[in-house]
Amino acid sequence: MNAVRRTLGSSVVQAFLVLVGLVWLTPLAGLLLSSLRSAEDTATGGWWTVFTSPGQLSLDNYSALLENAGITQAFWNTVLISVPTTVLVVVLAALAGYAFAWLDFPGREAIFLVVVALLVVPVQIGLLPVAKLFGQLGLFGTIPGVVLFHVAYGLPFAVFLLRNYFAEMPKEMLEAARMDGGGEWRIFTRLVLPVGRPAIASLAIFQFLWVWNDMLVALLFADSASQPLTVELQSQIRQFGSNIDVLAPGAFVSLVVPVVVFFAFQRHFVQGVMAGSVK
Amino acid sequence: MTATLVKETNPPPPATLPERARRLRRRGRIIALLFVLPALLLLGALVVYPVLFSVGRSFFDASGTEFVGGENYSEMFRDPATLKAVRNTAIWVVVAPALLTGLGLILAVLVEKVRWATAFKLLLFMPMAVSFLAAGIIFRLAYDEDPDKGVLNAAVVSVHDAIKGTSAYPTARGREGQGLSKSADGSYRTSASTGESVTLGLVGVPPKELPAGAEPAYRAAARQAAPGELSGVVYLDFTPGGGGEEGKVDRRESGLPEIKVEAVRDGSTAATTTTASDGSFRFSGLDRGDYEIRLPASNFAAPYEGISWLGPVLVTPAIIGAYLWIWTGFAMVLIGAGLATLPRDALEAARMDGANEWQIFRKITVPLLAPVLTVVFVTLVINVMKVFDLVYIIAPGPVQEDATVLATQMWLVSFGGGNNQGLGSALGVLLLLLVVPAMVFNLRRFRRSQR
Repeated sequence: MNAVRRTLGSSVVQAFLVLVGLVWLTPLAGLLLSSLRSAEDTATGGWWTVFTSPGQLSLDNYSALLENAGITQAFWNTVLISVPTTVLVVVLAALAGYAFAWLDFPGREAIFLVVVALLVVPVQIGLLPVAKLFGQLGLFGTIPGVVLFHVAYGLPFAVFLLRNYFAEMPKEMLEAARMDGGGEWRIFTRLVLPVGRPAIASLAIFQFLWVWNDMLVALLFADSASQPLTVELQSQIRQFGSNIDVLAPGAFVSLVVPVVVFFAFQRHFVQGVMAGSVK
Repeated sequence: MTATLVKETNPPPPATLPERARRLRRRGRIIALLFVLPALLLLGALVVYPVLFSVGRSFFDASGTEFVGGENYSEMFRDPATLKAVRNTAIWVVVAPALLTGLGLILAVLVEKVRWATAFKLLLFMPMAVSFLAAGIIFRLAYDEDPDKGVLNAAVVSVHDAIKGTSAYPTARGREGQGLSKSADGSYRTSASTGESVTLGLVGVPPKELPAGAEPAYRAAARQAAPGELSGVVYLDFTPGGGGEEGKVDRRESGLPEIKVEAVRDGSTAATTTTASDGSFRFSGLDRGDYEIRLPASNFAAPYEGISWLGPVLVTPAIIGAYLWIWTGFAMVLIGAGLATLPRDALEAARMDGANEWQIFRKITVPLLAPVLTVVFVTLVINVMKVFDLVYIIAPGPVQEDATVLATQMWLVSFGGGNNQGLGSALGVLLLLLVVPAMVFNLRRFRRSQR
């Protein structure tokens, strides 16, 4: 009797979860199928009509996208913003994280507490003052400006994550390396970085996705020549209906890169998100 | 070369410290500073300084020339637009984290019971990798008001029509001056007695919108009612291609099937029927006498159009819905990780004692998970307060001000035409103040972990 009830219960659970899964998949399927239809088809009927008339599907929107200079430029800008930001954040945070974990300098504890406090500072508060600052330095509207802003606001989490990871290293390991006469730089590159690889990987993926997906920062700091895909696409959103043949495939392209990264490195990604869950 | 190890305590008193050791120590400090300096410089210049600047700037007027004290802060709660933003952010903070934590908890518990848990978790977690912009476009599509375009309204309309039925003739109306009169409730009526046969002509149905099985009404109209019976025909009083006489059933005029007809006597409905494919209907077994023949308004109701998701009323709940799509996986995975660390013995023991699943969930799982739930909840609160892109993208231009939250309002006021950097800074500072409890939470959690 109990067994019957349990199987029954579990099939109800299965059915419920399948339903939830479908609900989660549907919006994404809608975007993909919409991106394969012409704007006229989208104006006259929903994407589900492709199941009855699959002739609507074509790659025309995507080939048009490839010839759209604004979009391709924006795609490369996105790469040019997110890759250097990721590299810089990882390098600077690894250096600082190591120092906070294992080196002695005045005010170390207090400064690190400030870094922890900065974890939750909203980017919004930096927009206006940094815009003025960048204006004076000639960085406003440029890719380096966008990168620097992202690096600064990525650092608190990055330093926090890596410092905590490095601090877990066995003390004996470092002492042994120092006994062998290794300089700090040597210890850092030969010992700390390799040991810290899992945390660094999580951080890099997380940071990359964060910057790749950003719109707000670039909306302010990037001019039209340096704007990433998110900003380029949002500028077309006002005419949502008539631009759907650009918006849907554009959104799909902008989404494919992070989703591929996500599936390729899901383990690191999940760990990174968990470690940064208080951000 | 050795540098001082931090965790080495009890350095010898300075007086006895040899000169060489002191030099090494200083050298170690310089190296340490070289390691932290690049990060600290950036943090100082682009995070700490802006916070201080914004706090100061929030006490000055729009152009930044005149000190106005707390004027911007009181303006924030006077100006209807920013007040709206404060209210909406409050709705977000109250609703979204609680829903997400609850949903995440339920799914985390349920997903443990199926074999394809990993695939399910991956699917739900994936939207975390998608930008708010892409998610915004996805949901602008899904929330489209036209049921022929937006999948949500397509679903709502088909469920509604399945339950309530559709009216076949939303555009039909009675032919003026031919016996049928329209009443205030949208129905059409005429009077007849038993033994009579009536012809009820309607117009306004485009011939191509006639139901597929509709047949000409001519023959049915010619039939006479038997005594004690009341019959008739409902037809389209329009001959395709012209010709035909108004108010008369001509040869090529079509009957209107599936129309509801009621026979009403003394204000109560005596009988109800539906027209056949040639538009004919028949009431038999009525008491003899006079009746009112009524075509109820439901025959002519405008089609149900679905829900205005992105209208002023529902726009915030709709955007929260999109937010759930993105963040539920996060809550589920984090809570699931906490679930995995629960002591199996406690759960088994409870099962042995005959506790059912619900009791175990309430009395054991939830209390033991409380710390994880708190972390998830706090994380979500912090993120919800800063929500910007989704609102900016999903809310269509005209309802943007109904959907506005602190972050979008701060943007609009400072850069999007408002150009009031004093008020904008004050809104930024308010955002910062709102996350201060989370800051304290983080600091305490960190210090506890260091002990």
